[in-house]
Amino acid sequence: MRRPSTFNRVSVAAGLAFLYAPIVLLVVYSFNASRLVTVWGGFSTRWYAALLRDQQMLDAIWVTLRVGVISATLATVLGTLAAVALVRGGRFRGRTAFSGMVYAPLVMPEVILGLSLLLLFVSLGLPRGFWTVTLSHATVTLCYATVVVQARLASFDGALEEAAQDLGCSPAGAFLRVTLPNIAPAIAAAWMLAFTLSLDDLVIASFTSGPGATTLPMRLYSQVRLGVNPEINAVSTLLIGLVTLGVLAAYLVQRRRADRA
Amino acid sequence: MKRGRTWLAAIPPYLWLALFFALPFLLVAKLSLSDTALAIPPYAPRLDWSRGVAGVMAFVRGLDLEAYARLPQDRIYVSAYASSLRIAALATAVLLVLGYPIAYGMSRFGPAARQALVMAVILPFWTSFLIRIYAWIAILKPAGLLNSLLAQVGLPPLQLLNSEAGVIIGLVYAYLPFMVLPLYAVLEKQDESLLEAAQDLGATRAGAFWQVTFPLSLRGVAAGALLCFIPMVGEFVIPDLLGGSETLMLGRTVWTEFFANRDWPAASAVAIVLLATLLAPILLFQRQQAKVLR
Repeated sequence: MRRPSTFNRVSVAAGLAFLYAPIVLLVVYSFNASRLVTVWGGFSTRWYAALLRDQQMLDAIWVTLRVGVISATLATVLGTLAAVALVRGGRFRGRTAFSGMVYAPLVMPEVILGLSLLLLFVSLGLPRGFWTVTLSHATVTLCYATVVVQARLASFDGALEEAAQDLGCSPAGAFLRVTLPNIAPAIAAAWMLAFTLSLDDLVIASFTSGPGATTLPMRLYSQVRLGVNPEINAVSTLLIGLVTLGVLAAYLVQRRRADRA
Repeated sequence: MKRGRTWLAAIPPYLWLALFFALPFLLVAKLSLSDTALAIPPYAPRLDWSRGVAGVMAFVRGLDLEAYARLPQDRIYVSAYASSLRIAALATAVLLVLGYPIAYGMSRFGPAARQALVMAVILPFWTSFLIRIYAWIAILKPAGLLNSLLAQVGLPPLQLLNSEAGVIIGLVYAYLPFMVLPLYAVLEKQDESLLEAAQDLGATRAGAFWQVTFPLSLRGVAAGALLCFIPMVGEFVIPDLLGGSETLMLGRTVWTEFFANRDWPAASAVAIVLLATLLAPILLFQRQQAKVLR
């Protein structure tokens, strides 16, 4: 019988404390009236007010959201296709090269991905800006999307799809009516993951972006280099809140589906 | 199972990756063989298709290994290379030592608690990487939270920000979920009766752990170590924000050559060296991944 010992409990608690303490501090200090991190000057929302007046920051948020939505959608569509091919496609010609290209960006250092994409855009003569960042993010996050959908698809029983075909469905119809609804939670999770990664990326965006397409991480990075700034705490808290809500919503949706099934 | 023409689904992502992933790599390789030039873009030679075969020949003759030849002569590259590997290896070791007890502890809980714990470990990964590293600046800086805490208990302040120790703390923090989850995945599946059998046969609890549990979890150890080590070698944000000016790492060198020095061939050559170094671990990781997913 498994039972956690005191040592087990302490290691898990310490691990979680280590993971969460910096995030909690950031949120708490975003409401600090004082500019100093070591001094608590009372509760205040002045940094949020300052944020609302910071037009450059707001522009960066808007750019980031648009890049995130478009690139995550592209990545999810392409990633789902790639997952279907890898799980159901059998041993087609070029499969090894294909799976290599799918998994490589997962562990590839970002500076290399950023530099290589930039060189592509330069040699194609594409002006750097909103679209080059979006295409780059779609490329990198498509790999993550593939892995998420692939895991779900691999555990989904292909016999159900076969049964649908035996009952007169076309292969495409069976996929759309049987398989797709079943892997839908994984597709949603893949989109969320791709969107979050895009929202978060600094390195690839810095290489592939141009004037007028400064993303939020790029803007934050240039501010962070100047030192700790409570306004950044406020942006961070908003981002953390947004992501937490998203993850919780995804979790609840999945639980409801699991309960119904 | 009916496979039919399902493989056709591979075509759009295949073409996409060929254009946006494979082709760019060839361009990096080509550029690393070019020379720096005062031009826009800042390198030579450039392929001139309009001159036909002569243009291609002139282009090929213009390529050389100069950018690579410069690397071993420059102390900065050599030390960046050495310290990238050293810092990543050190951080991987720390991650294993810290991550293993966490993953093991998680695997001891009941099913419902286990699921919640996995969620709790994944959740920080969803919050911005940049922001999480930024939070450490406020903790580690000279007049930061850690030092004011130390002062309250009467300990001398630590100089952690802008040092190698700061970089390792940041790496360990950022990559902890990537170490814990593969370890947990292996430990959770382990058959409890093996451990009981070992104890029935006279092994102590510690003995059973080292002779049964640990050897059986080595696949998770390898997966976690590779998943952390590979990207850490090329890490840019953490050494840049938490490291000092003397903490050189390859990812940062690529960035500086590119953005500050505008030496694109040098940046490409460093990138190729970085990639060549990581090729063996990446292939190892891919083989493991393929085994797990099949």
